[in-house]
Amino acid sequence: MEDLGSAFRQALGLVAAGDAGLWQIIALSLRVSLTATVIAGCIGLPLGALLAVARFPGRQSLLVLLNALMGLPPVVAGLLIYILLSRSGPLGSLGLLFSPTAMVVAQAVLITPILAALARQVLEGLWEEYAEQLRSLGSGPLRATGTLLWDGRFALLTVLLAGFGRASAEVGAVMIVGGNIEGFTRVMTTAIALETSKGDLPLALALGLVLMAIVIGVNAAAQILREASARWAG
Amino acid sequence: MSGPVLHVEGLGFAARGVTVLDGVSFTLSLGAPSFIIGPNGAGKSVLLRLLHGLLTPSAGRIAWAGVGRQAMVFQKPVLLRRSVRQNIAHALSLAGIAEDARITDTLAEVGLPHLIDRAARKLSGGEQQRVALARALALKPDIVFLDEPSASLDPAAARAVEDVLARVAARGMKLVMTTHDLHQARRLAGEILFLHRGRLIEQTPAAEFFAQPRSAEAQAFLRGDILG
Repeated sequence: MEDLGSAFRQALGLVAAGDAGLWQIIALSLRVSLTATVIAGCIGLPLGALLAVARFPGRQSLLVLLNALMGLPPVVAGLLIYILLSRSGPLGSLGLLFSPTAMVVAQAVLITPILAALARQVLEGLWEEYAEQLRSLGSGPLRATGTLLWDGRFALLTVLLAGFGRASAEVGAVMIVGGNIEGFTRVMTTAIALETSKGDLPLALALGLVLMAIVIGVNAAAQILREASARWAG
Repeated sequence: MSGPVLHVEGLGFAARGVTVLDGVSFTLSLGAPSFIIGPNGAGKSVLLRLLHGLLTPSAGRIAWAGVGRQAMVFQKPVLLRRSVRQNIAHALSLAGIAEDARITDTLAEVGLPHLIDRAARKLSGGEQQRVALARALALKPDIVFLDEPSASLDPAAARAVEDVLARVAARGMKLVMTTHDLHQARRLAGEILFLHRGRLIEQTPAAEFFAQPRSAEAQAFLRGDILG
């Protein structure tokens, strides 16, 4: 118990002192997860909106696939991306394995189905409300998709924040495709796993504290956005 | 009154095996408002949606002659989660109209110029319906379909909507409207299309309809003997 207290004090000290190694890991984590969220958002949100608006053969199968992909185990996703990016794999010539880019790809692959499915859920309700009015105004499916994305922007921001939270907490896939190389591909989650196994609890705890602060901050931001949008737009 | 603009022949609509409209035929002309009335479930709203193109007929045909733009106002106004200005601008943009002055003009028409930058969905029900009306009028349509536009409003708000409708109708904009409010129909209508159980029973000038309806069904309806 005394060891734990001491580790906790040292962890707070590391955070307060602005330890360079610690902040490098945090900065890379944020860069990777934010980039992955932006990429996944660019694909997932319009896909979700289109699925909310359009009715086409195979839509139901696509929804089932999307929901199934939401539960894709990160290590399996990591393994598949590893095979794709490995030297003998189809994308091996790009030389991306064990790089931050590979970690971005892994996180984006994992959260794109989540963003698309959540966006579809959010926007389907909006579409039920808007459909007849938009059709009356002469809006086709593509314009309607744009209208839904804009009018659902506050709800979609919370979807994006949920995706960012999921990406930044991911460990299995980024460990496989990033390799946890110190100073290059080591992010908070992989560092916590490694330092804990080495018994360096202060650094692991410090990273854990920062990760928790980010997750809480993201959720608080989502809540504030939800309330602000309800207050303004109704 | 101008010549006929809309010919409807043998119009039918069925959904999930239930016939909602059957063999409806009539002609509409530009000019005084046409009111579609009838008991609950007569098919009034469905007929309006078929005419506006929101539903596809199961049978018959709808032929327009010389009519350009149409607009529709629904019983429950559906406004976007944007300001009043942006709601109207969105409709203008979809119609390919780049005339911002229409936004202020139509808001003045419905008596809401001071609410232009307010969040549309934060307005009262009556104000939202007048914004929906302004959005439709901004398109300068030849014909406006209105599905019980004042049914869910309090009497003052309903009167405000009715006043706007009376003004635009007096300027020659064709209104085709459903209502359950027979007093409103007496005040505004030029002609009545009376529907009952999915069939058009009669199409009669309003004054004649309310003085002496031709059909036994309409007589019973006006006496309050047919409710639905």
